[in-house]
Amino acid sequence: MNIPEELLSGSRLAMSHAITAVENEYDNAVDIMQQLYAHTGHAHVIGITGPPGSGKSTLVDKVAKEYRLQQKTVGIIAVDPTSPFSGGAILGDRIRMNDLTLDEGVFIRSMGTRGSLGGLSRKTAETIKIMDAAGIDVILVETVGVGQSEVDIVKTADTIVVVLVPGLGDDIQAIKAGILEIADVFAINKADHDGADRLNTELEMMLEINQEKTDWRPPVKRVIANRGEGIKELTEAIEQQMIQSKESGNFVKRRKQRTKSELLAMLDEQIGRFVREKLSAEGKFDQLVASVENHEKNPYAVVKDIMTSVLR
Amino acid sequence: MEKHVRVLVAKPGLDGHDRGAKVVARALRDAGFEVIYTGLRQTPEQIAEAALQEDVNVIALSLLSGAHNHLFPRIVELVHDKGMTDVLMIGGGVIPASDIPALKAAGIAEVFTPGTSTTSIIDYINAHVQ
Repeated sequence: MNIPEELLSGSRLAMSHAITAVENEYDNAVDIMQQLYAHTGHAHVIGITGPPGSGKSTLVDKVAKEYRLQQKTVGIIAVDPTSPFSGGAILGDRIRMNDLTLDEGVFIRSMGTRGSLGGLSRKTAETIKIMDAAGIDVILVETVGVGQSEVDIVKTADTIVVVLVPGLGDDIQAIKAGILEIADVFAINKADHDGADRLNTELEMMLEINQEKTDWRPPVKRVIANRGEGIKELTEAIEQQMIQSKESGNFVKRRKQRTKSELLAMLDEQIGRFVREKLSAEGKFDQLVASVENHEKNPYAVVKDIMTSVLR
Repeated sequence: MEKHVRVLVAKPGLDGHDRGAKVVARALRDAGFEVIYTGLRQTPEQIAEAALQEDVNVIALSLLSGAHNHLFPRIVELVHDKGMTDVLMIGGGVIPASDIPALKAAGIAEVFTPGTSTTSIIDYINAHVQ
């Protein structure tokens, strides 16, 4: 199968194989991405993040359906944690999106984090590009259940929705750093539960204190995802954020920042790989490790020597 | 290049007994596989489409309601129709031994009936996955 060609002609199987090739770093992966890159840049990428159990998957299902009513095609990347012990994973997000499986305008792909610690998989950005190249209008990226500092979603999304649920802590929780800082839109899910009002107030108060994002104040939307309530208003808020972001120039700024981070990450990886390959070819690394462990040499000098000799 | 085996654990038809599927799913995860569990009451069409989107190496069908003779071959057919020709398809559940030869002829590589150890399922997958 000529994957890039068939993908650009509309083959969903080709899209699926492309994602696999890139995720597993098959030999054809770089070539596939090189051929697809020119076709990327059109999709609206929306990140959905929040603590475990906040209802992200259910919300993604409902938001996807809302976009489908607007005749937009939707890609969903659902990320779940890979076990650090076995390397395996239960990818259980799509169970909440069963109605969407047979919708020709929706493509859902589940990914394990495979060791990455920022809430996403290392290959999420490339998977987004593949879906983008295939012509998908809206790409919803659901992170793993995050705590306070897994914010890799910032490097991949145009709009970030932070999903919270009532009852997960007091007002001190609300002013801590991390995911609360990255929200373009807040969604209080399970808004029928006790504490929803309080959470709403705490968020608004926190937003008052942090006046930095003066051109866009993240709205706080209440939803009850499993009942489909508040979804239309949430999606409208997302669209408004996109409009404002484009008008203010932030959209372009953010995308440039994203491209920069991606390039640097790719460079870091290639350089690291190059150095490791050279080291293993030279066969002296184990000796160097032993000499550092014995305190014959110090690690700073060793690294400096390696850098000088390998990157000559 | 690491090998990552992706398995779709699916429950076709109206069978509501999912404990077995969940036990198998957990065992497969502990063996290092990525397991996508579809949940209950899947149609053959939903299972084949999910397998395509997730580009799985293995489809593991769990069925305890007796409808395997109809549903399993139907799923094999749909999977092949979608152009997925090297997916390993296995089944489990309440399946009489006398039904197994016909299921194998229809494209189910192996059937794991009650009492089978999860280790034997894992070993089978490792030995036969492409």
